[in-house]
Amino acid sequence: MATNREKYEAVIGLEVHTHLLTRSKMFCGCSTEFGREPNANTCPVCVAMPGVLPVLNEEVVKIAIRAGLAAHCEIAPYSIFDRKSYFYPDLPKGYQISQYETPICKGGYVDLPTENGDSRRIRLVRIHLEEDAGKNIHEEGASLVDLNRSGVPLVEIVSEPDIRTGAEAAAYVQELRAILRYIDASDGRMEEGSLRCDCNVSVRPRGQKEYGVKTEIKNLNSFRFVEKAIEYEIDRQIDVIESGGKVTQETHLWDPVREVTRPMRSKEYANDYRYFPEPDLPPLVVAPDLVEAIRTEMPELPADRRARYVKEGLTAYEAGVLTSEREVADYFEAALPGLKNRKTAANWVMTEVLRLREPGKSLAESVPAAKEVGALLKMVEEAKISLNAAKTAFAAMVKNGNSAEATVSEFGLLQVSDEGPIIEAIDKIIASEPAKVAEYRAGRDKLFGFFVGQAMKAMGGKANPKVINDLMKKKLAG
Amino acid sequence: MAETRITLEMVQHVARLARLKLSDVEQERLLADLGQMLAYVDKLNELDTESVPPTAQVGEAGTPRREDAVTCPSDAEAMLANAPSAERGYFRVPKIIE
Amino acid sequence: MMASELNKLTIAEASAMLHKREITALQLTRACLERIAAVDPRLNAFLTVCEKEAAEQAVEADRRIAAGNAPALCGIPLGIKDIYNTKGVRTTCASRILENFVSPFDATTIAKLRADGAVFIGKANLDEFAMGSSTENSAFGATLNPYDLERVAGGSSGGSAAAVAARECLGALGTDTGGSIREPASFCGVVGIKPTYSRVSRFGVIAYASSLDQVGPFANTVRDAAIILRTLAGVDPMDSTCSARPVPDYEKALTGDVKGLRIGVPKEYFIDGMAPEVEQAVRAALKQYESLGATLHEISLPHSSYAIAAYYLIATAEASANLARYDGIRYGLRAEAPDHITLYEETRAQGFGAEVKRRIMLGTFALSTGYYDAYYLKAQKVRTLIRRDFERAFENCDVIMTPVAPTTAFKLGEKMDDPLTMYLSDIFTISVNLAGLPGMSIPCGYDGKNLPIGLQLIGPPFSEETILRAGDAYERSGAFTKREPAI
Repeated sequence: MATNREKYEAVIGLEVHTHLLTRSKMFCGCSTEFGREPNANTCPVCVAMPGVLPVLNEEVVKIAIRAGLAAHCEIAPYSIFDRKSYFYPDLPKGYQISQYETPICKGGYVDLPTENGDSRRIRLVRIHLEEDAGKNIHEEGASLVDLNRSGVPLVEIVSEPDIRTGAEAAAYVQELRAILRYIDASDGRMEEGSLRCDCNVSVRPRGQKEYGVKTEIKNLNSFRFVEKAIEYEIDRQIDVIESGGKVTQETHLWDPVREVTRPMRSKEYANDYRYFPEPDLPPLVVAPDLVEAIRTEMPELPADRRARYVKEGLTAYEAGVLTSEREVADYFEAALPGLKNRKTAANWVMTEVLRLREPGKSLAESVPAAKEVGALLKMVEEAKISLNAAKTAFAAMVKNGNSAEATVSEFGLLQVSDEGPIIEAIDKIIASEPAKVAEYRAGRDKLFGFFVGQAMKAMGGKANPKVINDLMKKKLAG
Repeated sequence: MAETRITLEMVQHVARLARLKLSDVEQERLLADLGQMLAYVDKLNELDTESVPPTAQVGEAGTPRREDAVTCPSDAEAMLANAPSAERGYFRVPKIIE
Repeated sequence: MMASELNKLTIAEASAMLHKREITALQLTRACLERIAAVDPRLNAFLTVCEKEAAEQAVEADRRIAAGNAPALCGIPLGIKDIYNTKGVRTTCASRILENFVSPFDATTIAKLRADGAVFIGKANLDEFAMGSSTENSAFGATLNPYDLERVAGGSSGGSAAAVAARECLGALGTDTGGSIREPASFCGVVGIKPTYSRVSRFGVIAYASSLDQVGPFANTVRDAAIILRTLAGVDPMDSTCSARPVPDYEKALTGDVKGLRIGVPKEYFIDGMAPEVEQAVRAALKQYESLGATLHEISLPHSSYAIAAYYLIATAEASANLARYDGIRYGLRAEAPDHITLYEETRAQGFGAEVKRRIMLGTFALSTGYYDAYYLKAQKVRTLIRRDFERAFENCDVIMTPVAPTTAFKLGEKMDDPLTMYLSDIFTISVNLAGLPGMSIPCGYDGKNLPIGLQLIGPPFSEETILRAGDAYERSGAFTKREPAI
């Protein structure tokens, strides 16, 4: 942490790029499937052969509208594609088709949940459409170009510089990612590069209206890196200013090994993007009917779902964890029917289920079906099995994939609630421990646990603990 | 708007933007040519276009869109057939310097 | 008809004879190939002659004709401007940067012609990347004018025009961005049409200026041109700017009747500096139209003199981006280089000719920071004014008629010293591209040196039927007699 940190306010804006969940690319019919052999997903259009032309994928428009609606943006009825020109081996046309002055979505905001249940609003400037470039792989003395990613559709979501800390930035990216996954706009796989962040960071003395000089940190692909890189950069800028220097407008990369930001080696040739309207694409017209149709089909957004869960009795924290991924929330809700106690279900999902989640795999692939968990918890609620027995059963279900009922039956986990056998066991114990009974009756309450333990043991762990407790109390009272 | 005086530095800057390596002779020639052409196109300033919208396209309005379907066959070999240098399915270029 | 004369047939005639089995497609193709062998070493109209492929296509065409119901263009040998991607065949755009590029796909229009059974006799010469008005900017030598081998064939589609004029093929494809079909058609005494922008797909046609480029045919008669256009036109899902309007049967429009046709004659187009014989021939043609029942009306296109300036900013700006893909990485010429920046700079320096470099430089400049508003944006605004001129004019006439070029074919090298002089020869054709209108050149006379003179017909958007009808009526009226070139 820099000295005199309190004197300064950090001003942070984020540009988040994400791949859209489409089967084919933005302007051609090539597959967007990740992980294929180099250049397997290419055609004359995305390889920029002479004479090719772009044709827009309609799904891209629909997804962009969904994203705009989810972020409370204004959807432009009329937006323009532009050519952004620069030379780089992964950009086959020598220009990227993007949107400059007239994007498809304007304004908007994202509300971040805060600890006390309130929210903090981060405003957006715009959301626009553009195509991705390919990938360069560096070798000894040469570079290899793979154009599978060239032409994959992206939206770029630009925030106002409303963010103030690295933690807040990370929370913003997290919420944005959750929203995008909820509306099936993106799979948010940051490790695969389908969601990445550029951060603009500047500092100014508290109270000053004018912005300080900003630096840009490019291509951050994890929440941790976003937070760390921003915090590092804030400190670095403050140190520069405090030691009498001036912050220079530069582009930086985050070095996750040394945990520092490094300026990118200054490009020999400055970029003048020479934006002009794309003559090969007519203006994008979005009919109000289309927007309304999409609006009516919008799924419940994370913020709304969280609010609903809290209303239904969960804490803000529980709601937050459960809604962090749509599939987790869906799972939770699928386990609920028939249960009286949401808290138990919530707890179960948050601990037993989430513990088993594997990165890159869906919940359905890693854990028993939600309705089976529901069935299991119902048995606990109805005192048919103990909570411990449920845990045992669950572990078995994960391994063998059987239903709750079959598993409980197979492992003989049904607990005994009949008073008869329990009374018999208790009577035996009391009869065999006269000294301890006397001590208990004389006032040593702690011995109650001993008796209960013995009774549980005698019942082979299968007795309903509550019943044991009640009967034991009665019997010991004499 | 006043006439633009084109200089050798401007020619060199534009050549860099366009990734064209020009010999000294070519630079001089282009300085003259561009100067002449810019002087000619300056006649557009005789026209008052303050309230005139620009025409970016002369085709018909409305955006044709395609269905989101994979229609391109996967044929990396054909796409690489004209490559001056290819390696293991990639296009090969000399070292990329930042 | 002698076998050696088959190449002199019109498409309409040849098609009829093929269907009556009086001749075969193979004979027709052979006649053209023989003609090419005889004259093209002097003419240089073709960069690639597709002997083998053409023969194969002809054989297949004969099979189809025998089976019955073959389309009109089946078996007809056509020249293809080397700007169209033709699968499996070299497409160079007359540039060293694409000297050995073999197209992995067909342009949509090529696929359409292929589906109709047309025969592609060869790839025709052009100004490099379609930038020029004389075909002298080709990296592989200029195409000469069949009427005078010391003169240019015009450009940029000079090869296509000369090939049709010299009867090396029965028709040809060209492209027109500022006059590149109409001007060479005029210089070579053939018919050439630039359809309404968006009438014909641009997919697979190597791009020069995206909002100006248009595909069109060359032929020896208006009817032939109509037959080719009928196949070329129509919607294309691979081209977002291509119109979905239904395509009329252009051949059916040739009724021969122009009674009551109102012809607009723009006063700004009859200027000093125009060759007197050109003016004479054009005025004589207009008189002929009057005698056929049309009426002449003086109109004004007040912003005409600004068209060249607007064009050379818009076209070069779009071209500067369209040509950014030629970098030696995925196809084409590659220079030796130790790093990627040198690769770009050296490849493009070696691969592009002087005119192409000039236009890339001007276009890049017009789009660059600080100059965009004053140049590119300004030009687009002037473009609006030029479009409005035509819209207003067409309120009072059906067709506008003008000369195609201020002179007949000029001598090789005559205009190469000063780029501006070359650009000014586009003066009559360029506005038509800026406004996106259909324009046609038909031969209307010869000057004292036996050099062809063309008449330009311009119509409102999607009025190809009208201008074809008008052109055909004139052609049939007997006022003009075609002279074969001496070659």
